[in-house]
Amino acid sequence: MLLIISLIVFLPTLGALVIAFMPSKKDENGVNDKENQNLLLGATLVVGILTFLLTVVAFLFVGESKFSVEVASMQHAFSVDWIPSFDIAYAMGIDGISFPLILLTTGVSILAILASWSIKKHVKAYCILFLLLETGMIGVFLALDFFLFYVFWEVMLLPMYFLIGIWGGPRREYAAIKFFLYTLLGSVLMLIAILMIYFNSDLRLLDTAIRSDLINQNVISASVAETVANATEPVHTFNLVALAELAQTTDCFSAELQWWCFLLLFIGFIVKVPSIPVHTWLPDAHVEAPTPISMILAGVLLKLGGYGIIRICYPICPAGGLELSYLVVGLGVVSMVYGAFAALAQTDFKRVVAYSSVSHMGYVVVGFGVWTMLGNGDYWRMGITGAMYQMIGHGISSAGMFFMVGIIYDRVHHRNLDEFGGLYGLMPKYTALAMGLFFAGLGLPGLCGFIGEVLVVLSVWRFSPLLAIISASVVIFTAGYILWTIQRVYLGSEYKGPHAEEIRPVNSREFSTGAILLALAIFFGVFPNTLIKFMDKTVDKQVTSLNEWRLVYEDDLAQAEQTEEADQLAPEQDDDSDQLEQAHSEDETVGMVKHLGVVLINKLADQ
Amino acid sequence: MEATTDFYQLIDALKADSANSLGLFMPELTLSVFIALFLAVRLITSKLDMFWVALAGAVVALISSNPLQLCEGVLQSEELFTGLLVHDGLTVAIRSILMLFLLLFLIFTKISGVPDKEDGADVYSLVFGSTLGMCLMASANHLLIVFLAIEMASVPSYVLAGLIKGRKRGSEAALKYAIYGAGAAGVMLYGISLLVGLTGTAHLPTVALSLAKVIPAAGLGEQAVLCLAAVMISVGIAFKLSAVPFHFWAPDVFHGACAEVNAFLSVASKAAALALLLRLAVGLGSVPLINEIEVPQTKEVQSETVLSEIVTAQMVALEGDKGDVDSAGQIDSSADDRNQEAVVAYDSPIELKQAQDEALTPVRNFISLLIAFFAVLTATFGNLAAYGQKNIKRLLAYSTIAHAGYMMMAVAPLMVMLGTNNNAAEDAASALIQYIVVYVFLNLGAFAIIAFLRNYVGSEEIEDYSGMVKNRPVLVICLALIFFSLVGLPPLSGFLGKFAIFASLADGYTTTGSSVLLILLLAGGMNTAISLFYYLRVIKTMVMGEPNEEHHLGDRPVGNIEMAYVILVTIPTVFLIVCWQWVAGFADEAVKNFIS
Repeated sequence: MLLIISLIVFLPTLGALVIAFMPSKKDENGVNDKENQNLLLGATLVVGILTFLLTVVAFLFVGESKFSVEVASMQHAFSVDWIPSFDIAYAMGIDGISFPLILLTTGVSILAILASWSIKKHVKAYCILFLLLETGMIGVFLALDFFLFYVFWEVMLLPMYFLIGIWGGPRREYAAIKFFLYTLLGSVLMLIAILMIYFNSDLRLLDTAIRSDLINQNVISASVAETVANATEPVHTFNLVALAELAQTTDCFSAELQWWCFLLLFIGFIVKVPSIPVHTWLPDAHVEAPTPISMILAGVLLKLGGYGIIRICYPICPAGGLELSYLVVGLGVVSMVYGAFAALAQTDFKRVVAYSSVSHMGYVVVGFGVWTMLGNGDYWRMGITGAMYQMIGHGISSAGMFFMVGIIYDRVHHRNLDEFGGLYGLMPKYTALAMGLFFAGLGLPGLCGFIGEVLVVLSVWRFSPLLAIISASVVIFTAGYILWTIQRVYLGSEYKGPHAEEIRPVNSREFSTGAILLALAIFFGVFPNTLIKFMDKTVDKQVTSLNEWRLVYEDDLAQAEQTEEADQLAPEQDDDSDQLEQAHSEDETVGMVKHLGVVLINKLADQ
Repeated sequence: MEATTDFYQLIDALKADSANSLGLFMPELTLSVFIALFLAVRLITSKLDMFWVALAGAVVALISSNPLQLCEGVLQSEELFTGLLVHDGLTVAIRSILMLFLLLFLIFTKISGVPDKEDGADVYSLVFGSTLGMCLMASANHLLIVFLAIEMASVPSYVLAGLIKGRKRGSEAALKYAIYGAGAAGVMLYGISLLVGLTGTAHLPTVALSLAKVIPAAGLGEQAVLCLAAVMISVGIAFKLSAVPFHFWAPDVFHGACAEVNAFLSVASKAAALALLLRLAVGLGSVPLINEIEVPQTKEVQSETVLSEIVTAQMVALEGDKGDVDSAGQIDSSADDRNQEAVVAYDSPIELKQAQDEALTPVRNFISLLIAFFAVLTATFGNLAAYGQKNIKRLLAYSTIAHAGYMMMAVAPLMVMLGTNNNAAEDAASALIQYIVVYVFLNLGAFAIIAFLRNYVGSEEIEDYSGMVKNRPVLVICLALIFFSLVGLPPLSGFLGKFAIFASLADGYTTTGSSVLLILLLAGGMNTAISLFYYLRVIKTMVMGEPNEEHHLGDRPVGNIEMAYVILVTIPTVFLIVCWQWVAGFADEAVKNFIS
């Protein structure tokens, strides 16, 4: 499995290497001639398709490496010692959470390459950077080692910076550096949390049965297991699965540590999602980025944040997740509302779509955050499934929406909503595609956006009815800005803006790209189970084990409270208790601050 | 009769010691021989390009420093020349790094054409001389050698800074450097004399032993003097490290001197200064295991007696402490009575060492605080000051300052964990070595590219690099990789160095709960994020700026050799992550016996 999975991750990099040695014919402005452009982008397309095919064939058709929907834990995992000094392993694997996202990544990449023929300048550099970006994205979803995860996470930054900064719109440099800086700040916080978790972990504490399970699944390597067996000092680990087991079955991460690490990791991830209040890079980046990069950005990059929350934040820092659940859901709901209102106020076509992303990704955060034990955990399960579905659905619909914006921008070179209109008559095929995709974004039943949204909104009811009412009402605002946008752009009697003479019907490349996206949007809207069956078992397992952990945790808390009360009834006379009391009161202060934070957030969310 | 036997014994011991020491001193000897050769060869013929002699010298020095001996097995720590120097893994590692750098540096100067054929002999003898001083810095075991080594490394650098004759800015830089250097050296010497005065010795392990005795009984006055001595010594090292607030020379010197000299100053000089910092901090903060020191027969007899005397007195004092901390005065008077007891109490040297190390806790805490303070200040100030720079060499000067800050951070957790958790302390030292290894290639590459671009464009202003990617894509891509590596972005090597240091900070924080380390960790993280701006600005100008045709006035084109060289030094930056275990393993071996 090592070979196949590594090949999937690094095939784009190999492709980039090959393309680096291809000829590049440019005039003095850096514009490639037509043939050369076709050659380079064609080669990129081949690499993209090969990667996609490899994923599909390996995981869906070949018996040995087939992804089994019946297995909840990691499949086809492998782990090779990489930097033993820091217990870092080259470990990868797939499960129900990552598998759909990998398909999404490789799929959307192909469509984005198809949309790249609008790139005329420095095509070779563009292709190389694009493929490096793809390696980073696939790698994040496959990595099972926290260090490896972080490396892939950061690998995406550089290509993205240059892709926006060189091929973007007029304010590209500003947008690119803003994107870079926000993500870097988030990931530095993440790095601190990673190190804290690493140094508190101790594989020796892990139950032998669980440990041998992990070894059987190849999640941790045999040599590590041997080290653990002979160790006299703590054996730290970066392994994500082992860390999750440690957090849920042992007490090597204290509640306070989990609280802080959850917060740091969560900030790192919601920068990517993006959620209020760290979303401001997104509209700028989207507006300035070239169309294919906007598609990648909305279609895949934002999902990385969501993936991080469900793969890392909750399993590894459950206590933090539990205590901060109102913060998570609150931020999600605020993002939904804020994004929708902001989208209503925009006059730039691309900005509307960008803010719709903020709003739609809010559902994802909410879905992951509604941790309630009610209904045997069914509501949280529903929330997570909905959020996962929303990630895929939004990946398709938002990529489609940006592509639609890109098509019209290539023709009339402006995006001012007030200067469109009447496109229905001029570009009928295009308008049909666009309406379909925009309705998918709106969440119309029968299209991919609906399933995720409805599952998430339903799950919020049992968490907080008030938040549920707010989040349900967002659907109305969403309908508002999308219908209004459709009206201003496509309907009306005539086109009012500049460059009317350049409006021409879509060509076959554009049509097929859009049609594939629309077909997917319809398919996933009508047959949700094709997707849900992949993630069902894994989500189920995660929810069950986290709820089991929660029962134990809350029991412990209740017991601790009882002993505390008992202590208060019989005050100790011991001289030594002075220090203890002091430490205790410090604990209390921290607890109070936390409690205050939660209350404050509740208040805010309620308002 | 007896006196004569003693005398002959001493002579024999010295002879054996010298013979053994000279064998382990080969790289330094090689450098010295070649310095003499540079000067002598010129008397015979003026036709020979001195570069080839220098190259041969560097190769021989690299081979004789034999970095591979680290892989062969654990190196025992050995004292050379009656305890003036110490030869252990760290010595070997730093010496090898310096020699490798010297080799790469010589090739670089040959390609870039500075110095020319005429100046060759002068410059190479200065460079070799300075490197010799740096090797001594890395192996110093005696405060006098510390001072001599720093001077030996610095004085040639002052001259190198003014290398290009007739350039006003260069001369000014050299003068500034010399004056600052002299001032810092003076302060440091004063600090050393205070320390020696209080402890009665300049031999580092003995100083530590003596401190372990002095500290528990020290009154306010003695404590103040000790603190003053530490601060004064740190001034000298801070100068070499260009740590804030003793960094003022760095931007001016880097601006005035040529890029080749900058490469030498920013890499070799930093590496040696950090090694010295490690030596001093660990040397003062912990005592060696006594039986290990006495084992080599080459030990000077006198010093041995001094040591054993102190050890005995030490045992007494400590035993007294265990009994009653407050009555320090009483202990001295009743020392004789307790002598017997004390020896019994500490029959195992390890136990004694533990007790002594514990007595040194205040020293370690003070040093770690001092270094943490310098580190945060240096990293933050360096990064902030780099923002406004228009000249690439000034910008890199501030970047060098900031990186000195990051590297110093590793010493704080080392000192905090020393004595209580020596494995983790070794990891911290190893992290520093890993960073140095990475850093050698990064700054050498950066300055090489700057030198080649200077030859090509005839300018070192950032705005003149505008649109350079269209003309020299390879150089710009390599510079971009190097700069992003300096920021610390994975998968580039700079990230791994930073990761190692941050990891030791986090380790220190989780094991000891010291909030200073947490502050360092946060400061390091934030600095990483803010440093992005100024590196990115250079790359942005080169990649996204419009090319400025007027400025391409340089006399030397960037040819294939230049590109090959740049690619050669950039390769480790990109690919070290794949085989990082080699670097980590090398560093781990280097510090294995560093902390006893």
